[in-house]
Amino acid sequence: MIEQVAQHAMQVHGEAWTVKELFVLPNEYIYWSIQIVMYPFMTGLVAGAFVLSSLYHVFGVKKLKEIARFSLVFSFALLPVAMMPLLLHLQQPLRGINVLMTPHFTSAISAFGIVFLTYSFIVASELWFEYRKHFVLTYSRLEVRLDLGFFDNLRRLFFKTLTLGAFDISEEAQEKDHKAVKVLASIGIPIACFLHGYAGFIFGSVKANALWMTPLMPVIFICSAVVSGIALCILTYVLTQEIRKFMARRRIARWAKDTGAPSFEELRGAEEQEVRTVSNYLLYFMIAAITLEILDLIFRGYTQVKSWDILREVIMERDFFKIFILQYTIGNALPFLMMIWPNRSVRRVTAASVLILFGVFMMRWNVVIGGQAFSLSFAGFMHYHMPIIPHNWETFKEGFFGALTVMITPFVIFYFLNKIFPAFLKDDESVEEFEGVNGKSAPEFSATRPY
Amino acid sequence: MKRRDFLKKSILVIAGASVPLSALQMVDPKKVLAENLDIHWAFLIDTFKCVGCGFCVKACKTENNIPFEANVTRTWVERYVYTKDDRRYIDSPKGALYGYTDPRIDMGMGEYKEIDPDNVGKAFFVPKLCNHCITPPCTQVCPVGATYKADNGVVLVDRSWCIGCGYCIMACPYGARFFHPTLHVADKCTFCYHRITKGMDTACVNACPFGARKMCNIRDIDDPITKIIMNQRVGVLKDEFGTKPQAFYIGLAQEVR
Amino acid sequence: MVIGIVLAILVFRLFYVPNDFESGERGFMYSYYRQSNELEWENQPIKYLDTGKQHMHEFCIECHSHEVEIRTEDLHGVIACENCHGPALDHPIHPEKLEIDRSREVCLRCHTLLTYTTSERKRIPGIDPKEHMTEYECVECHNPHNPRLEDM
Repeated sequence: MIEQVAQHAMQVHGEAWTVKELFVLPNEYIYWSIQIVMYPFMTGLVAGAFVLSSLYHVFGVKKLKEIARFSLVFSFALLPVAMMPLLLHLQQPLRGINVLMTPHFTSAISAFGIVFLTYSFIVASELWFEYRKHFVLTYSRLEVRLDLGFFDNLRRLFFKTLTLGAFDISEEAQEKDHKAVKVLASIGIPIACFLHGYAGFIFGSVKANALWMTPLMPVIFICSAVVSGIALCILTYVLTQEIRKFMARRRIARWAKDTGAPSFEELRGAEEQEVRTVSNYLLYFMIAAITLEILDLIFRGYTQVKSWDILREVIMERDFFKIFILQYTIGNALPFLMMIWPNRSVRRVTAASVLILFGVFMMRWNVVIGGQAFSLSFAGFMHYHMPIIPHNWETFKEGFFGALTVMITPFVIFYFLNKIFPAFLKDDESVEEFEGVNGKSAPEFSATRPY
Repeated sequence: MKRRDFLKKSILVIAGASVPLSALQMVDPKKVLAENLDIHWAFLIDTFKCVGCGFCVKACKTENNIPFEANVTRTWVERYVYTKDDRRYIDSPKGALYGYTDPRIDMGMGEYKEIDPDNVGKAFFVPKLCNHCITPPCTQVCPVGATYKADNGVVLVDRSWCIGCGYCIMACPYGARFFHPTLHVADKCTFCYHRITKGMDTACVNACPFGARKMCNIRDIDDPITKIIMNQRVGVLKDEFGTKPQAFYIGLAQEVR
Repeated sequence: MVIGIVLAILVFRLFYVPNDFESGERGFMYSYYRQSNELEWENQPIKYLDTGKQHMHEFCIECHSHEVEIRTEDLHGVIACENCHGPALDHPIHPEKLEIDRSREVCLRCHTLLTYTTSERKRIPGIDPKEHMTEYECVECHNPHNPRLEDM
């Protein structure tokens, strides 16, 4: 009787995308799929973008001024997205709050709630200090005007709230702001590293998984995180700059028509300088990341512990193309050459950034999926077939489109954030100048608004 | 009779200690067993006795409401076949839910390997289940405290608190955990907690016609099964992980991991 | 503000987390949990009630003492009644009559011929399910309780 109730075949989580070969334990499936690939990738981007912005704030790398502000806003846009893949992956997403409520600190994941919150606070407050002046200016500009419509009134109130009552924009107050940003940025760096280091720890500490278990994992993750974060910042920065340049040339955007708007040449000059400096840092971190990864591989091959037989088959044979061709050659070696080749241009660095992003993504893939490509029995293999066309909620969220959603979201958030925190805010003058000309809104430098 | 002995002793101790009280209250032996904290459950599997009938898997799934046809199971039986030319084949179709009714080896991906009966060297069956480790890595990694080791040694999952992250499933070196197909929380063998706390055997022990599976309280040195574990040569699975498993095996082969 | 949010979370936690959520005897690492969950597991319904031959079929023997006594002497006496007769549940109230599994598949679990000389399986007579009387259920010829061929 009971059997009859349960008789209809039921699909188990993971069954939809796992194919088993030879002997795999009955309960083994690829439980951690594409969203868990996305998760370290996205947190990596957050951490990397933040570290990049800190380079300017803490270490005073002056050349990075513009991209620093940009990457700060961008890392804030990425923040909620770092959480998204986890929530999408949970079987009980509504209980996600439990991680904050009863954190079990012997688990690497439990740190997530706390580290992530701390980190969000730091980024948010840093952002606030950085943009406080902008808020005050925008607010006071709206305050003096009388012909405010409903939305402008709303904007006024909104910006008033954002200032949190701190309207002082004297020199001393600004000096204090800068100091606060610097302090926050310096606290932020270790936290950002921790945020991502523990993501590496999540994998590195799973003793049951022969591929994951290595103390190098957190360090590798941090290095590749910074690499991917910088690469994404370069890419997004160049893209937005391109659109801005395009608009500057055609003078189509509202801001571009203004007298004080940066000209095409100015934009290009600034862009080249920034990108060149940033790409140097990219190279340093990349060397560190690749060295560690190769070291790990060599060490495994040299020590040849029990798991090496199956790992060798996975790394050297089954996943050879994904690891050595896609990840190391296309994702690491090729962009590396492109960057160290003399006369590096913005365009080439951008192309290299795209490849690096792909390489880091493949690295996450090869770690997460590769770690589940073999059975705990060491006598069988599992193949992952990412669901592309979703036929139910599960195959959507843990499939191609779920990943795509996670991919796109930061850009959407960035678009909206950019209205509050204009990432390309020039210094003081620009605000005042714009005020004089159209007097309507803060400089909408948003490149994602091409009108 | 192992539990009987144990019960008798417990009752004697309690009755002796509280004579005036016992005159007033009935001593329920099952209750005594359940409340006695000096219990640590352990499991003994004799691989020599297993014939791979899979009655244990069937009983487990029914008893514990795991959807019968779903391809996950709290306990399963593996088949190891070594040919005379030293090839090794392992399989466990559907976790041996229907036993082994096919002499061919399930190679996965819809392929089956025919093995010449004359070429079979050694062959045996190995039942598996959660080892209820002393230091369970699955419990260590649960981010919310939804899985835990109870005082009597059984590792349990709190179904109303599990967030379904799958970390415990990843951390278990034995593949004993899975996501429940309908409840969508981590699930695993509970040693039939509802049965053992009432003085019964687990469903799998009960269903095994050959006595390949046994349970005992490893703290009770007079328990015949405990005696076997203490006095005979038993092994555990994957001791290199330092998990200190509490499922002991008689007749383990090197290939059984 | 940050302190405010942290406080708000802590206050919310006060209401959200059950009171009995604490570390157990085995310390924070292995037993940090909602203590009442143990009881929930304890209170799961039992479905297989018989205790098997080792314990003299404590449940079945109550009503079916005659059958149990005869049958535990047979070769198949080692098999728990409920393996074929189905879990007792609240029998004899609900279900009133157990659903007996008389399929070939039950018998084949043990009696498929597998030539494993090193396993206990060798002691069990086996057949090739694809060749041996494929049209019939086993119980049509063999007595499931007393399967001796000479008694057929």
